[in-house]
Amino acid sequence: MARKVPEVNASSTADIAFLLLIFFLMTTTMNVDTGLTRMLPPMPDPNQKQDDVEVKRRNIFSVLINKSDKLLVRGEPMEVGMLKEKTKEFIMNPNSDPNLSEFEEKDIPGIGKFKVSKGVVSLQNDRGTSYEMYMKVQNELVAAYNELRDELSTSVYGKPFSKLAKEEQETISKAIPLKISEAEPKNVGGK
Amino acid sequence: MAKFERKGKNELQAISTASLPDIVFMLLFFFMVSTTMRETTLMVRSQLPEATEVNKLEKKSLVSYIYIGPPMRQFQSLFGTEPRIQLNDSFKSLDDIRDFIASEREAMKEDEKPLLTTSLKIDKETRMGIVTDVKQELRKASALKIVYAARKADKKK
Repeated sequence: MARKVPEVNASSTADIAFLLLIFFLMTTTMNVDTGLTRMLPPMPDPNQKQDDVEVKRRNIFSVLINKSDKLLVRGEPMEVGMLKEKTKEFIMNPNSDPNLSEFEEKDIPGIGKFKVSKGVVSLQNDRGTSYEMYMKVQNELVAAYNELRDELSTSVYGKPFSKLAKEEQETISKAIPLKISEAEPKNVGGK
Repeated sequence: MAKFERKGKNELQAISTASLPDIVFMLLFFFMVSTTMRETTLMVRSQLPEATEVNKLEKKSLVSYIYIGPPMRQFQSLFGTEPRIQLNDSFKSLDDIRDFIASEREAMKEDEKPLLTTSLKIDKETRMGIVTDVKQELRKASALKIVYAARKADKKK
């Protein structure tokens, strides 16, 4: 004999689910970790004799930040906004200026002969420099390299650097290596 | 009065809400899966600087975090307002960084050990002095791959 089972009222499940949903919505942090990746130079071995690698002056792009967040680029004061253009000019050296970086002709598979810059960006800061300024400068320097890589990859592959396959990215990175050296800390200008 | 009489005949059918819980549950599961609960409680303020050229950190299991910034208000009476280093759940000094890195290494799989990345979450008003010290310590601990954590800012044209 079929007896009617009284139906359970399910209209409140929606409310319960909403409650849970709102809880998770509130506690969620959807932040993805982002940042500027950088390799630190390894600590020099104290037993080994320091053989200073001579880098020609024209190949160094020195960027100094003092404790009041002012920039000194190759001995001249500069605003942050100019830094990217100057860095790009220094690395590529389109007019073969004898004061800007030198080239080394290398055969890079995938591109062919390419003038790889010998330029090194050397970043030095004071203990009193603010972190915000330091990051701004870092960001500009990376931006300069990224733009150059983009330019090269569009001319070779017809796509921006970020859209390339991994091997292609490595090829471009070989042609334009990211050379930003963070110099040994020096205490200039006091605290 | 004819208007009222007609109403009874073709009454609108109530929309069934029986599938509403299903939809909500679906959303709920999505959020439950995508949520990452904060593992450490922040004891220092770390308002990250902005940068345009950031890239994403891929494997979270390879990353260990170092927080640097002025202590939160409830700790200021004890620790002052000068920027300090936080490792895991407590304030630490510079000398503890090496042990911290060593223990982080210990917790990783053998083949992943060289891939250890240290994410520096540093408040933007911190002075570089302490940051430089931390970087030197990391070099001594040979944890060379670092990430300066930053928020992504839109490119200004």
